[in-house]
Amino acid sequence: MAILIDETTRIIVQGFTGKIGSFHAQDMINYGSKVVGGITPGKGGQTHLGLPVFNTVKEAVREVGAEASIIFVPPAFAADSIMEAADAGIKYCVGITDGIPTQDMMTVKNFLRRFPANQRMILTGPNCAGTISPGRSMLGIMPGHIYSQGNVGIVGRSGTLGYEAADQMKRLNIGISTSVGIGGDPINGSSHRDILEKFEADPETKVVLMIGEIGGPQEVEAGIFAKENMTKPVIAYIAGLTAPEGRRMGHAGAIISSAGESAAEKVAILKELGVTICSTPAAMGATVAAVLANLK
Amino acid sequence: MDIHEYQAKEILRGYGVKIAEGGMAYSPEEAVQRARDIGGHIWAVKAQIHSGARGKAGGIKICKTHDEVEVAAEALLGKRLITHQTGPSGKVCGRLYVEAGTDIVKELYFCFLVDRSSERIVMVGSAQGGMEIEELAENNPGAITKIYIEPAVGLQDYQAREMAFAMGLAPELLSHAVKTIRGCYRALRELDVSMLEINPLVVTRSGELIALDAKMSFDDNALFRQQKISELRDKTQEDPREMAAADRGLSYVGLDGDIGCMINGAGLAMATMDMIKLAGGEPANFLDVGGGASAERTEKAFRLVLADKGVKAMLVNIFAGINRCDWIAEGVVEAVRKIDMKIPLIVRLSGTNVAEGQRIIAESGLPIITAETLAEAAEKAVQARNEAVAKEAAQEV
Repeated sequence: MAILIDETTRIIVQGFTGKIGSFHAQDMINYGSKVVGGITPGKGGQTHLGLPVFNTVKEAVREVGAEASIIFVPPAFAADSIMEAADAGIKYCVGITDGIPTQDMMTVKNFLRRFPANQRMILTGPNCAGTISPGRSMLGIMPGHIYSQGNVGIVGRSGTLGYEAADQMKRLNIGISTSVGIGGDPINGSSHRDILEKFEADPETKVVLMIGEIGGPQEVEAGIFAKENMTKPVIAYIAGLTAPEGRRMGHAGAIISSAGESAAEKVAILKELGVTICSTPAAMGATVAAVLANLK
Repeated sequence: MDIHEYQAKEILRGYGVKIAEGGMAYSPEEAVQRARDIGGHIWAVKAQIHSGARGKAGGIKICKTHDEVEVAAEALLGKRLITHQTGPSGKVCGRLYVEAGTDIVKELYFCFLVDRSSERIVMVGSAQGGMEIEELAENNPGAITKIYIEPAVGLQDYQAREMAFAMGLAPELLSHAVKTIRGCYRALRELDVSMLEINPLVVTRSGELIALDAKMSFDDNALFRQQKISELRDKTQEDPREMAAADRGLSYVGLDGDIGCMINGAGLAMATMDMIKLAGGEPANFLDVGGGASAERTEKAFRLVLADKGVKAMLVNIFAGINRCDWIAEGVVEAVRKIDMKIPLIVRLSGTNVAEGQRIIAESGLPIITAETLAEAAEKAVQARNEAVAKEAAQEV
């Protein structure tokens, strides 16, 4: 099972023939992901990495049955590419691009909401490392080899901190069902809560690790969802204990701009909601191990 | 990116928002000249720094004679103003705005901002202007009205009217208020503004609606398509190290601690800083070197961290995904040799080609302290910092 992607998911790459798109498309193919082609407007009909290039996403859906897409298009054009994917009937899209204007993302979210829920494309990112269902499919830019297959779901904003978690878990022989990066932008495709909902419905996932950070309301919203709607344990780490108020810590969304957005406040609220907190970022693996041991 | 009050007012004037007559000054003489040009008998001399709450910090002076304008300008120029928004180091005032005094009948609060929770633009207003919105939200939340804008159709006139009435404006001012609110909304959409605050928006005795203060912040991600806005950047108002980092494509935030950090990825950087704190230390900075950490980039990052003379030890934590640990290790070794580092360096590498990376560090012959895990890296960094501080103290004795 896993969530969002598996070995059967037919993937296209938007921004396929560019340097970054090519590099990661090859990496995904090497991992075993079912990449079926890519999009570069104006290069339709060519072959790249042994796969067909299409002018539009609609053609790729029609010709090779594309279901999922990954966006490597530069920030100025990325919102347009996401909307193109949604309109063409792509079911799941990962936005890798960092630096998309916030108002563009507002337009994207509004565009997606126009589709009826059962036909609405799921978007994760932008500004994320992507999604991986270890041993099955990788739709992202992560080092696939650090993830082993298992039954812990991971959802997080940061790429490398997600790698750190996967690495700690691998050292403890803990595997992952799916790891989802939701990205560091203030307005993103899917929230922590949206992904928790998917993990709750996935029979293979037994526990979920949520890796959050300062800024925005999403971690707390996810905590409320977990308390009210989840049977599976949720574990969380919130990064940014030392972050001063009003300063942007790298990610466009990692900024404490109102009450309740600091790491300490989020941790206190999540604890209250029954979420297990990792006392340090070095204890993510060990905390997951302890919760798993309790299940048996 | 933030801009000054006078710049925000200039922009808003172009969108049909009324502002009091005023002008810029870089010297007391210029300030007096501006006051003469404006005429009248009362002027406000306002320090231009990137912060709200300037009044409380003594950054706004009301003057009744040209001599008073000169004295006020002399006092403000070059002065370091500290508000709760500037942090303890404050911001130095290098420019003044001299404005005609306004006969105020009523002060209102008005703001547009991008709301993360609803993923929409929200318009916020209150009949009680002048004080900080945070204060108002705490003391009297019922006095604040929020109206959310549907992105597909944009702001509607009825919403502007609702806001005007919520702010307690008289019917005679309605069309003027709608025009002002619409103008602000257009500016926000056209210029990729993330926050536009007019506090206070005032009703004058002559029955006009005037933006007495104006604060605008822009979405950094959208500056590529806002050339004119980018040109308004005042580098003197920003941390020079952060500016230097941004020019080199690095993301840096200076902090008060003494353990320098170089990390790839914003989340891992914050987590590593948390780990330093939990191990008993204090990070000197946030620094995300990003995905493509070449030798050249690594050297730049090292120089940036070490430019902070308070740094007693430096921690490098790289989780190589797209990167390879051996490339990072080569970059680090090269940087250390070139810079001739005097403080302890702790390096933790993980991910792709980690064994090769560790071998390069070990064989370099440099006194680099290595660590396997995140916890070990932070502990060793704090320990090295404590030893360095103890050694310094011993030398001083």
